[in-house]
Amino acid sequence: MNIGTRKILDRSFTAVGIGSIIVMAVALMIVVVPIITNGIGAVFFTGTVEHRKMLFSEFKRGDSEKLSSEVASSDRYRAKVYGMLTDFEAELETMAPEKKVEYKAKYAEVRAALQALFGPLPGDPEPMLTRFKYGQTRWEKAEEKLHDLLYETKWDNSNPDVMAKEYFVSRAIGFQGTSLVKLFPYVKDNMEKLLLPEFTFYWGFITDSSVDSHFFGGIWPEIQGTFFLAVGAMLFAFPLGVVAAVYFTEYARPGFLNSMLRSANSTLAGVPSIVFGMFGLAFFINTLKVSESKSVIAGALTLAIMILPTIIRAAEEAILAVPKTYREASLSLGSSKWNTIATVILPAALPGIITGGIISLGRAAGETAPIIFTAAVSVGSAIGLADVLTSPTPALSWNIYNLASEHEAAAQIRHVQYGMVLALVSIVLMLNLSAIVLRARISKKLKG
Amino acid sequence: MTMDARESSGSAPAQKATRDMYLPPERKKIADGGTAHISAKEFSVYYGEFEAVKRVSADILSKYVTAIIGPSGCGKSTFLRAINRMNDLIPSCHTTGALLFDGQDIYGKFTDEVLLRKKVGMVFQKPNPFPKSIFDNIAYGPRLHGVNDKKKLMEIVERSLKKAAIWDEVCDRLDKNALGLSGGQQQRLCVARTLAVEPEVLLLDEPTSALDPKATAKIEDLIQELRGSYTIMIVTHNMQQASRVSDSTMFFYEGVLVEHASTAQLFTNPKDPMTEDYITGRFS
Ligand SMILES: Nc1ncnc2c1ncn2[C@@H]1O[C@H](COP(=O)(O)OP(=O)(O)O)[C@@H](O)[C@H]1O
Ligand SMILES: [Mg+2]
Repeated sequence: MNIGTRKILDRSFTAVGIGSIIVMAVALMIVVVPIITNGIGAVFFTGTVEHRKMLFSEFKRGDSEKLSSEVASSDRYRAKVYGMLTDFEAELETMAPEKKVEYKAKYAEVRAALQALFGPLPGDPEPMLTRFKYGQTRWEKAEEKLHDLLYETKWDNSNPDVMAKEYFVSRAIGFQGTSLVKLFPYVKDNMEKLLLPEFTFYWGFITDSSVDSHFFGGIWPEIQGTFFLAVGAMLFAFPLGVVAAVYFTEYARPGFLNSMLRSANSTLAGVPSIVFGMFGLAFFINTLKVSESKSVIAGALTLAIMILPTIIRAAEEAILAVPKTYREASLSLGSSKWNTIATVILPAALPGIITGGIISLGRAAGETAPIIFTAAVSVGSAIGLADVLTSPTPALSWNIYNLASEHEAAAQIRHVQYGMVLALVSIVLMLNLSAIVLRARISKKLKG
Repeated sequence: MTMDARESSGSAPAQKATRDMYLPPERKKIADGGTAHISAKEFSVYYGEFEAVKRVSADILSKYVTAIIGPSGCGKSTFLRAINRMNDLIPSCHTTGALLFDGQDIYGKFTDEVLLRKKVGMVFQKPNPFPKSIFDNIAYGPRLHGVNDKKKLMEIVERSLKKAAIWDEVCDRLDKNALGLSGGQQQRLCVARTLAVEPEVLLLDEPTSALDPKATAKIEDLIQELRGSYTIMIVTHNMQQASRVSDSTMFFYEGVLVEHASTAQLFTNPKDPMTEDYITGRFS
């Protein structure tokens, strides 16, 4: 091959390599940037006076004097809104019956929109669910609700060949000629005074329990549950995996049984996690009865079985990568086989073993399927360490899924879901980072 | 020397007389009578079907330095590693015949290979310190054998490093990682590590082949220092080295022990034409 062709080939390989790295970086950005920007929104956001009311009465947090002056100030503006409502209700009574029916229906929608914005209106009964006790706590949500108040959403079905199109009709037009027509511009123009938006740093999102299925409050029970499950899985899987790897690499005689065990291990590494979930339910809960029903211990054991093959493989590779000369040196000094493994081989293999362990820890933290049937509940308070044997726990992975698909008001609490995603990604990232740091430290110590 | 006597090779060269004059008294006794520390009887080593060492019979005399020479792949390392049973690490490897250490069969049913290796230390071709501190490298063996007293360990470490002529170079950085030393220093550290276990036999498998000439000279000096205190066997490719450091020499060719004689005789008056061809460099 002449130099020219070789250079061209070299360059094109370089270009392909750089190209694929760029594509991957862009893909990563597309995934990570929304997670970060949306997730941070769970902690940093523009909160309304309703948020501060909620914090004060649900979590006993906040400055009561400042809050009562804020409430007084916003109530002054709200009083005018409520006054308009009373006026209109009186007006309704004077209307002709069919007009009355028509307006009553429209008026109910207006009331509902106002309830969503400001919480229960005067004269409303005390709501049962906490979520209805407060108005909009977040400014961007309040703006959405304002839109709902100002406009009626309608669907254009005129063309049956295309999907129905959404369009908006001003409610103010519907109330033309009544006293209520003033309400719409008033609320619109005085939104800030009605809700008092303020930049909020809600650190409680990390440390608080949730109130009313994640409507308010934080995700501490989920973070703690994830931590318990992942660490619990490691407590079982790590020692077991290292011992198994030592057995495979140092003691097992090559033969049928050994190759069967190894291929079983490889197969296990490829089994879908939902299968481990079913297995965990059938084996740990129904057969072994480690707990009556779902529990942290059952989930941790299931996750342990799931990550065991990875840990074994990583440890095996790390052990095999230890130079043969270390083993020879140790044995030639009169060390027994076991002593050589414990004092020379395992310490030298430690960086690799730990890396495998922490990657598995990250996987255990992130998996959903194995804990669906064995450990996870969607809503619950943080459990104590003493309860791990008997009680289930909320966990980030499962609650992300739950909020995305099963929660009855998923659309209203997207920020919580994004916050959980960001928390989970951060936890896994931190685990991996600590693996890298730990590995570097130990390698440095080994290399001198 | 003894070999001459046993093989009754006739008149001893003049060189031999002068060498014997410098032998320490206990070695003189050996040189005269000779006690076999290790002896092979029709000893073969196989890798699976392949016979790498073929029916070797030889006596390795106590406190002698014995060099093993021969072309690559002729079974030098295999023979050496058979003595402290390092070949056990290779599953396909097995032996026939007898290899005795202090009159006891090394491959006997009741031989404790761990105890054997404690008495028969080995230094490898490539320096192989542990990725631990210099101190921990040397203390590894003694700790293994039950010495845990810090003061005692320090004594052993110092004594071993001094014996291996490396104390002055490392005494101020015993807590530093041994992998930070130069190749020659690492090799002497490995010798010290082996000496710390207080072995009777020292097996050296091409200990200088990975080292530069200066480091090689230091290792050779070290062997001179140690001669007379240990039974030393050294595999080497370097004929000058063999003649400089050893008392007797074994020449292997394709697994067969072709000739075993005093170094002086083997290099000046080889009996076997093959030995002559090899030492004169006609093949290697
Ligand atoms: N682990 C092994 N498995 C099979 N054959 C081996 C093994 N080690 C060495 N041999 C063979 O045994 C012969 C002797 O090897 P060796 O003792 O290492 O030679 P030397 O040290 O003299 O160069 C060579 O032919 C080599 O190919
Ligand atoms: Mg060799």
